[in-house]
Amino acid sequence: MTSTSPSRALRLARPRRLALPLPRRPRTLIAGGFLVLLPLIALLAPLLAPHDPAEQDLLNTFAGISADHLLSTDQFGRDVLSRLVFATRITVIGPPIAIAVATIIGVPMGLWAGHRGGAVDTIAGRTADTLLSLPGFVTALAIVAVLGPSLVNAMVAIGIVFSPGLFRLTRGATLEATRETYIESAHAIGSSTPRILGVHILPNIAGPLLVQMTLLMGVALLIEASLSFLGLGVQPPDASWGSMLREAYDNQFAAPYSVIPPGVALVLTVLAINSVGDAASDWIADGGVRR
Amino acid sequence: MSPAQVLNRLLYGVVVVVAVSILAFLIVYLVPGDVADTVAGDEATVEEVAQIRADLGLDQPLPVQYLRWVGSVADGDLGTSLITGRPVLDTLLDNAPPTITIAGLALLFSIVVGTTAGMLAGLNQGGWVDRVVSSLATLGIAMPSFWFAMLLVLALALRNPWLPATGYAPLTEGVATWLKHAAIPAVALGLAPAAELARQARAGVRSVLARPYIATARARGASTSWLIRKHVLRNAAIPVVTVLGLQARRLLGGSVVIEAVMGISGIGSLAISAVLQNDYAIVQAYVLFTALIVVVLNLLVDLSYGWINPRTGSA
Repeated sequence: MTSTSPSRALRLARPRRLALPLPRRPRTLIAGGFLVLLPLIALLAPLLAPHDPAEQDLLNTFAGISADHLLSTDQFGRDVLSRLVFATRITVIGPPIAIAVATIIGVPMGLWAGHRGGAVDTIAGRTADTLLSLPGFVTALAIVAVLGPSLVNAMVAIGIVFSPGLFRLTRGATLEATRETYIESAHAIGSSTPRILGVHILPNIAGPLLVQMTLLMGVALLIEASLSFLGLGVQPPDASWGSMLREAYDNQFAAPYSVIPPGVALVLTVLAINSVGDAASDWIADGGVRR
Repeated sequence: MSPAQVLNRLLYGVVVVVAVSILAFLIVYLVPGDVADTVAGDEATVEEVAQIRADLGLDQPLPVQYLRWVGSVADGDLGTSLITGRPVLDTLLDNAPPTITIAGLALLFSIVVGTTAGMLAGLNQGGWVDRVVSSLATLGIAMPSFWFAMLLVLALALRNPWLPATGYAPLTEGVATWLKHAAIPAVALGLAPAAELARQARAGVRSVLARPYIATARARGASTSWLIRKHVLRNAAIPVVTVLGLQARRLLGGSVVIEAVMGISGIGSLAISAVLQNDYAIVQAYVLFTALIVVVLNLLVDLSYGWINPRTGSA
């Protein structure tokens, strides 16, 4: 740690604690609670689901809403509510895979390019620009074409699509942080580059990165649903809300209203993610991190 | 924009197209399995596969193959579909009209509805219009377009027989039929961009209205409608145009799912079946084609800044 710099550098040099205060807006509170609930539902699915999600009852297809089947049954007589509850697992597992892939590619590259500049920066920047020039969904489609359809491959594809965005964000923030006096001091006392990047720069740019990662979770969930709807994501017998929408769509003439439950689950989750992300973004803009 | 800036911007577009073409070219080598094997079928002999490999030029070094491919693409030869045997370019052109129709109408819908709603909300700061528009925009961004399309089909095609539930009608069958078929997919596809544009327009109007010169003009007795025409619209248009460039890219990606939901055989559904059948020639052409459109659109957006706000030219 540097001890020679004036007070501002000292204040910046210390990794800021992200002490999250309780959000004041009720909307954010509800959204946050919903997001905490989702992993619990995924974990406790066998206890919460009234039926086995794979149990077929061919005499009881599209049974309609009843006390036994609160959200009706599907084309195989499977309980829709139970399938919805079990599909929460894909919702909880999928997007984090995409964000992890994007982070592993984008953040170290961004730190490196922003700190070093030069050829590394130019090449990485041009590659990012090229990837960003394609519609994200088209890139994801091409990557799934190469890797083959599966949930993990779809999420990896989405992660690759997101990585140039995280790269740019990290690079910009690193570029700014690198100009601070305390970084020069750290260089002067012989700190290694990985140490400077990891100990001094990363904690300082963590706030905007976390906000961006949160908002990308919602986008990842929407793309996962689209890919699974097209048969390029989750493969049967596993179900995600997107693949449930596909099944509902295929039977829309027999049971028109079955498109509603998975869609509502999807929209509520994305709304909750966006709401928390926006609140965090406002909080950082108001200087929350700088305290 | 000065001529030098325009040239610079053009060059940049060319660099991106070349980079995308390399990526598209490499798709063939990244797809698992040998292309020659796929083309030859299961019962081919080793000699036949080798012959096909030589015919396709797959025995040449990669850079040579790439240059050959670029050369033939420049001549308008995008290869033939591995599944149907038809020229890729013809297939692409056959499938283009529905996609262009839907994406174009969606863009129109999002501009008209999004900017109007956003500007009304911005002018009505804190009022009920503002609250309704903001809530709807938040919802629109979180809504999967293909689900919204299903809901529209449910309400407007299945419950009430007002619009067709699936399919596409070319313009030659009459404007009314064409519009009826395109309405649901276009509105569904345009929802998220409209929501995004509404947010931008709202923020743009609010930030312009907060500037001191607006207060000065008001103090001098300028009418609200004069202020809107003179200052607000033009200044608020800049972030909107930026978002428009991004949204156009999103429309191309989004049309893939919408076409699948609506049973429309456009470029998007072509791409899906190509991905599922490993028809790499189509996937390549599709990637290249969308990149080209996006680069041209971004170029137009950048050039339009100078037209909307002459100050950006020198800045």
